[in-house]
Amino acid sequence: MSDLTKLTIAAAREALSKGETTAVELTEACLAEIEAADALGAFVHKTPEIALDQAKAADARIKAGEATAMTGIPLGIKDLFCTMGVASQAASGILDGFKPEYESTVTQNLFGAGAVMLGKLNMDEFAMGSSNETSVYGNAVNPWKVDERALTPGGSSGGSASAVAADLCLAATGTDTGGSIRQPAAFTGITGLKPTYGRVSRWGIIAFASSLDQAGPMTKSVRDSAIMLGAMAGHDPKDSTSANIPELDFEAALTGDIRGKVIGIPREYRLDGMPAEIEKLWDEGKAMLADAGAKLIDITLPHTKYALPAYYVIAPAEASSNLARYDGVRYGHRARLGSGEGITEMYEKTRAEGFGAEVQRRVMVGTYVLSAGFYDAYYNRARKVRALIKRDFDEAFDQGVDAILTPATPSAAFGLGEMAEADPVQMYLNDVFTVTVNLAGLPGMSVPAGLDAKGLPLGLQLIGKPWEEADLLNTAYALERAAGFVSKPAKWW
Amino acid sequence: MSIDIETARKVAHLARIRVEEDRLPALAAEFNDILGFIEQLNEVNVDDIEPMTSVTPMRLKRREDVVTDGGYPEKVLSNAPDARVGFFAVPKVVE
Repeated sequence: MSDLTKLTIAAAREALSKGETTAVELTEACLAEIEAADALGAFVHKTPEIALDQAKAADARIKAGEATAMTGIPLGIKDLFCTMGVASQAASGILDGFKPEYESTVTQNLFGAGAVMLGKLNMDEFAMGSSNETSVYGNAVNPWKVDERALTPGGSSGGSASAVAADLCLAATGTDTGGSIRQPAAFTGITGLKPTYGRVSRWGIIAFASSLDQAGPMTKSVRDSAIMLGAMAGHDPKDSTSANIPELDFEAALTGDIRGKVIGIPREYRLDGMPAEIEKLWDEGKAMLADAGAKLIDITLPHTKYALPAYYVIAPAEASSNLARYDGVRYGHRARLGSGEGITEMYEKTRAEGFGAEVQRRVMVGTYVLSAGFYDAYYNRARKVRALIKRDFDEAFDQGVDAILTPATPSAAFGLGEMAEADPVQMYLNDVFTVTVNLAGLPGMSVPAGLDAKGLPLGLQLIGKPWEEADLLNTAYALERAAGFVSKPAKWW
Repeated sequence: MSIDIETARKVAHLARIRVEEDRLPALAAEFNDILGFIEQLNEVNVDDIEPMTSVTPMRLKRREDVVTDGGYPEKVLSNAPDARVGFFAVPKVVE
């Protein structure tokens, strides 16, 4: 078979089960593409030996008739996931050399289902960023290119998005704290799903903001997201916030029939100065869902405007606490000390050398908002606003709304380096449509829906009710079929 | 609320991140940009609203307070920058 790396998970599953290809062939094809794609900066630790061993085991399993939907599927794994014996450093210098003695629950679930790990994927340092420019490994680059500029694949799961869009792997894991799956998916023309908080175990995923973090699939189709979510999700006693609810067959929900479904259109997501192309795409998305038989209603989510400011209190606060563990004692980098320097200097020098500028900034902002005298004014106030943001969604769902349609991002991919001179807040605005979903703990998906005038992909976001990923995936499936997005980046790398 | 250089120095120390003296003014300016953005939260009426503790209505699970894991110090120490005779090693803390 040709173009093996372009296959979806669903197509590969069929080819594997019919014996038209093998997991080893699929894996070798991906490894060859990865070797030729260093210009994308997507794979930062390659694991070909592990991949081929897993592929051989997968072929044996398929032969024995014991395959799952993920058996033999070659994946990229975001560097935020701890993988046993394989570098896992959250794209940070402070975890230089760290090789976990354990496997994250998500990767364990995937490998247990027979999936193959091709290597670890680039990202923003500690998942803090929207352009993959804060990585210690250097930038990941978007395979989409319309002029001489190198474009960002988005962030923080930029390497995952780049690798899937460039067909270096069949799918990848991502994580999403404020939009880190959905924004890069939109920038690269792929599908990304952030599940309900608690659907997927966080155990073994390097923590950024624990009340917001959630892992999810980044794939070439909605069906693939359904298949891969099924393998990633599940109750995990090792994560105290993991939900103990029955597992669903997400793929079985994909009928494409959304007749009678009520789709909310939030008026607050129409921003001043929003590019006309984004507005046009949103209108087209509404028409597609209406044509498929859904009923559109206008809704209001009045506290939307306060989501980003609340996020930039809560996320740094949690990060400052989570990242306190990087002190040069148990793992990773430790600074060299001068004579007479003691343990305080060791902590301060280690963290100054190991953390990049954005991580340092957020840890310090978090420290400030949690410090005595400011805790109530900032942190508690932000948690109250968060409660109001969630209440906005609850009220919309109480009105009978099944899903909410919004743009995924306020623009198409921008050039690497273009935001370098902007103040940090400008970069934060990338997540204006996605961050509300994390604050409210909801499932959200980005579905590629069109191209802008320059030929860059744009995505639409669907937001679902808590625990209703199956229904959300089905709505996304209807949108995907109507949008008929098939464009691929022309290969330049 | 405006952050001066002294506050920036104090926050950096609380966060245990060394910031060179000549970087402090720029750091204070960045803090002020971000805090200015956060100040918008003051527009929201949060009277009688409880701060969110859990985004999904779940009670954190309890378990018995017993040892469930351990017994492999070599694995725990395998990534340490400095480990000796079964312990993490750090600069002298107590004189």
